[in-house]
Amino acid sequence: MKNARWPVWCILLLALAAELLPLPAVAQALRPAFTTMVLIYWTLMWPGRFGIFTAFLFGLLIDIAHGSLLGQHALTLSVISYLVLRVHLQLRVFPLWQLTLAVFALVFLEGFLLLWIDGATGRATLGPQRWGPVFAAALFWPIVMAIMDRVRERLERRKSSFS
Amino acid sequence: MAPSSADSEARSYRNASPGLAFFLTATLSLVLMFVDHRGDWLSQVRTWLSTAIYPLQVAINSPAAGLHWMQDNLALRNQLITENDTLRKQSLVQAAQLQRMASLEAENRRFRALLDSRARVPDRMTVGEILAVDMDPLRHRVVLNKGRPQGAYAGQVLLDASGVVGQIMRDQVYSSEAILITDPDHAVPVEVVRNGMRTIAVGTGDLDQLSLPFLTRNADVKAGDLLVTSGLGGRFPAGYPVGTIVAVDGSEGDAFLEVTARPAASLDRLHEVLLVFSPEPVTEVAPASPPGAEPAP
Repeated sequence: MKNARWPVWCILLLALAAELLPLPAVAQALRPAFTTMVLIYWTLMWPGRFGIFTAFLFGLLIDIAHGSLLGQHALTLSVISYLVLRVHLQLRVFPLWQLTLAVFALVFLEGFLLLWIDGATGRATLGPQRWGPVFAAALFWPIVMAIMDRVRERLERRKSSFS
Repeated sequence: MAPSSADSEARSYRNASPGLAFFLTATLSLVLMFVDHRGDWLSQVRTWLSTAIYPLQVAINSPAAGLHWMQDNLALRNQLITENDTLRKQSLVQAAQLQRMASLEAENRRFRALLDSRARVPDRMTVGEILAVDMDPLRHRVVLNKGRPQGAYAGQVLLDASGVVGQIMRDQVYSSEAILITDPDHAVPVEVVRNGMRTIAVGTGDLDQLSLPFLTRNADVKAGDLLVTSGLGGRFPAGYPVGTIVAVDGSEGDAFLEVTARPAASLDRLHEVLLVFSPEPVTEVAPASPPGAEPAP
């Protein structure tokens, strides 16, 4: 019997909503890409169920919500989730600080790819608005991970009690 | 360390190939980006997807909307009376100014007839509300609650009580996406009220700053000059305030001055905006012009 997936979909939608929530400009520069982080977590932990296609779908939704080039976030999130899938067994045994570093590297790669695509289409801008969220993601990762671990434990315990 | 369920998951997963899925999604998104960058063919896809995301945007907007509702409904009687009083006085003053305006307008029409130039058509407007939703932090875009069925169309100009706000970029079913005049990708043709000199105001990416990069060193501008839309380009109707010049710099050897202006509209506190229906049909942006884009009779 499989674990229920819908709670994870709800969390993903919440993460997307957290990216759209109106914030003052200062806080905007420190808002991490919650969707990316949540996607990394679930691809890492339940790789058979959440992976490249989920990432692609949410990338498209982010593109629409942000009004950016259609396919931009879809591509970067697909790349991230592919990389996570390739090395998820190694990543899982990392202690928290190494995992945080790995997540930082992934989010940095995402920021770099986004900048690259922006540059190719003549919309490149630099500044705290671009790199602030990358550092914020590393800062927020332990918190996001703790919350997601709770949720996953619940979901997996529920499954074992039924089977 | 990892729970057994995840292990069996991983084992069953090893048979699937992430490479193929990645190849598919990467190719698809590259094609999407290319097509979206090159032309307007994906607007239908965008419209569908934006309809999917609209409930989320409304949900995010609801706390702000609720707050507004509470302010309106739970206000004290005293406050309402004072507000009513101020508004009535304001309306009286404006009505008085409008009386002069009416005679001026009639005079202007006669002059224009004398000069044999086309009479100005009064602009029709409707009110739209801005959803409290953040978009890309690197650009200045907002979401409006008026879509194509309500008459909004791409290229439509947005104003607030004190000046030009921006224009609509994408008209969708329930909402539309607008670009502000301070977005780095936006430019608006303006003229200096004092001497009628025409130039272009470009967005800087800073909500209270516009830049006028095309003024030569001998141009007659100074801090405090009011800029209004010139009507050139056919997008923005002429005569609406855009901003005030705050600084004129430029070192000796430069060919151009560095002129900055502050937008007249309060772009950081937008809640309601006016959508102006342009008197001429917009030809370049909306090929099939919606009913709202027809010339006013």
